[in-house]
Amino acid sequence: MVKPVLLPTDVAFLSSLLLVGLYFWAVRRDLLMRERWRTVLATPTGGAAALILCLYVAVAGLDCLRVEINGETKSLLDYLVSPLREHVETTYSAPFAAYGYAREVIPGASGAARQDYPRLRYGARHLAQPSRQMHADVLRRGMAGAGLGLLFLGGLLALVNRLRGRPLAGMFTPLTESTWRLQWLTAASICLALGWVICLAPYYHVLGTDKVGNDVLYLTLKSIRTGLVLGVVSSFITLPLAVIFGIPAGYFGGWIDDLVQYLYTTFSSVPGVLLIASAALSLDLLLQQHASAFPSLLARADMKLLALCLVLGLTGWTGLCRLLRADVMKLRVAEFVTAARALGTPPLKILLQHLLPNTFHLILITTVLDFSGLVLAEAVLTYVDIGVDPSMESWGNMINGARLELAREPAVWWSLLAAFCGMLGLVLAANLFADAMRDAFDPKLRGATSPSSS
Amino acid sequence: MTYLIRRILYAVPILLGVNVITFVLFFVVNSPDNMARMHLGQRYVTEQAIENWKHVHGYDLPRLWNPEAAGTGHVTRTIFYQNSVRLFMLDFGRSDGGRDIGFDIRQRMVPSLSIAVPVLIIELFLSVAFGLAVALLRGSYLDRWITLLCVAGMSISSLFFIIAGQYLVARVWRLAPISGYAGGLESVKFLVLPVFVQVISGLGANVRWNRTVFLEEVSRDYVRTAWAKGLTESGVLSRHILRNALLPLLTTIVVTLPGLFLGSLITESFFAIPGLGSYTIDAIQSQDFAIVRAMVFLGSLLYIVGLMLTDISYAWADPRVRLAET
Repeated sequence: MVKPVLLPTDVAFLSSLLLVGLYFWAVRRDLLMRERWRTVLATPTGGAAALILCLYVAVAGLDCLRVEINGETKSLLDYLVSPLREHVETTYSAPFAAYGYAREVIPGASGAARQDYPRLRYGARHLAQPSRQMHADVLRRGMAGAGLGLLFLGGLLALVNRLRGRPLAGMFTPLTESTWRLQWLTAASICLALGWVICLAPYYHVLGTDKVGNDVLYLTLKSIRTGLVLGVVSSFITLPLAVIFGIPAGYFGGWIDDLVQYLYTTFSSVPGVLLIASAALSLDLLLQQHASAFPSLLARADMKLLALCLVLGLTGWTGLCRLLRADVMKLRVAEFVTAARALGTPPLKILLQHLLPNTFHLILITTVLDFSGLVLAEAVLTYVDIGVDPSMESWGNMINGARLELAREPAVWWSLLAAFCGMLGLVLAANLFADAMRDAFDPKLRGATSPSSS
Repeated sequence: MTYLIRRILYAVPILLGVNVITFVLFFVVNSPDNMARMHLGQRYVTEQAIENWKHVHGYDLPRLWNPEAAGTGHVTRTIFYQNSVRLFMLDFGRSDGGRDIGFDIRQRMVPSLSIAVPVLIIELFLSVAFGLAVALLRGSYLDRWITLLCVAGMSISSLFFIIAGQYLVARVWRLAPISGYAGGLESVKFLVLPVFVQVISGLGANVRWNRTVFLEEVSRDYVRTAWAKGLTESGVLSRHILRNALLPLLTTIVVTLPGLFLGSLITESFFAIPGLGSYTIDAIQSQDFAIVRAMVFLGSLLYIVGLMLTDISYAWADPRVRLAET
């Protein structure tokens, strides 16, 4: 029996994406906004970061669409990468290994047992003599992957040209436009990586396996969803709070301002980690009491993730709120607001039509910056044991499981490296994107921050 | 003076608010019954055992209002009063495990501070130096690369800095012990690595911030005037730019003060240093709510003291700021 399953965080994440999509739909005819977003994408780092973010979002989105078949819930991503999911070894194995990590007792053909490294069940299974054939095989499959990647890239180029209404013959022109070089380079590396993964991952453990034999590449891919859900959903909980408190406080002043100031000083005076820890502990207890309400381990872990998003969102609004308040206080005395007031515009309309759009760039930039902070926070919180559920794939859990394994001989470094790259890619992209956005949206800083690129 | 008193009085409602938050989190969301069950184990627990546990820890009182007690006892004989008013006297009481929290905190302060203070000083020195250098070279390729490097540094989880530091410095190069702590002068050997790691992991964000601060100053008119007068480079830097950038720098320092106290959370627990950070982590992991409550209170107290110090240092650094007006 096949039926779609939607977990609470899936709903939250997908609807957040929908909201972002709606935003772009809404501003598609706004010339100023179009120009600004074009500037963001035309900045080399900004455009490259946007591509990488899109890749992450696509993976996470695929991981959010689940179906239940015969009592087993799997996401679309699980089906796409099913060889990775199913190739489970017994324990650690290095990237591209054909033999296990530790010696085992292997019964020999003549009945005498010997101590040796066992062949892996799946890694390099198709080779009869891995030590001799492996290099050639990896090289061959690597070439095939590169070819496939180039094919992807060609398709992408053709598609872009088609959309821009250029003839197919001109499809190599974008590469010569120097401003778009980094973006195309990023697209090319993404295509190449995709090609390699498709050609190599079914036959080798490209990033090794972890303690219980799961493919690290699979874990890394699954972790993308956890990190993104945490960052995106928490941000979307933060936004309304900061806006509802911050903008009126700055505009009205008086007792409203006093109250909001009191609220955010109180909240921000509690050290962040402790506040999150306290709230997470309390919610955890609450969940434990209602454990029977969740039918499966997956639903329970998911509820815990949602609770964590809630906690991070409820504790994270003070920074943006303070910024908004200060900005609105400056805007309050601007001519256009005074004019609106003089014309008898009701306060609510001033807030929504004049102040909100004029502080929107601030909201966008701060949200993207906070997002990267949230992704980093996940690892730390998981280390302190108040983060995501241990049964859920996340970068924090990967680090936690592998941090003591560097002490082994030989060191088990691949899990850490994979988590490191996965996190760095996402956070760096978000930071660079926020930078590009600031340059494009904040005219005051346009000259100051990147004089060389303009 | 009156200003100081006013600020201190202003801090009281904030601390009260902090107490309300922790109270709601620990006693309203979770009843003391749950906490008792948590500590005594989920199953095989008798009502009597729960009652005993609650009584020993003083959690058997009503939450906000005690109808049975007489006079002011209505308010004072409650969990909220007992738990929050005592904190204002800096009396932290006993942990759920039965230890004296105040004593623990005093003892663990020394290792914590001996990491936090060197980190603060070295970080400040390095980030100001780098920030100035980058601001002067603005627009050059070097500036662009260093800024990019800073963003990359910001994007790396502090956990990786610690893990990499421990692996490279302690295991591969064997320059310092991996973790541990000893009293007295011995401790220096153990502190070098955590301090180094923490400085490095904070450098990216700080240099970037200082760069923007200095850039804002460099483009001002008075700096151009100073150049035009033919002052030397070091003169313009130290006498003009640095002094005017002091205010934003001070703010960042004070904002990081409580952060240092907590930033050591992870570092301390990784390096097995018996400071306040690892104390808190242990409390969180063993779910000792009394300690977590005490640390929340202490942390917010430090933050508020920090805010006050910022205002006072503003007046010291910039004669135009008058305290009475703020």
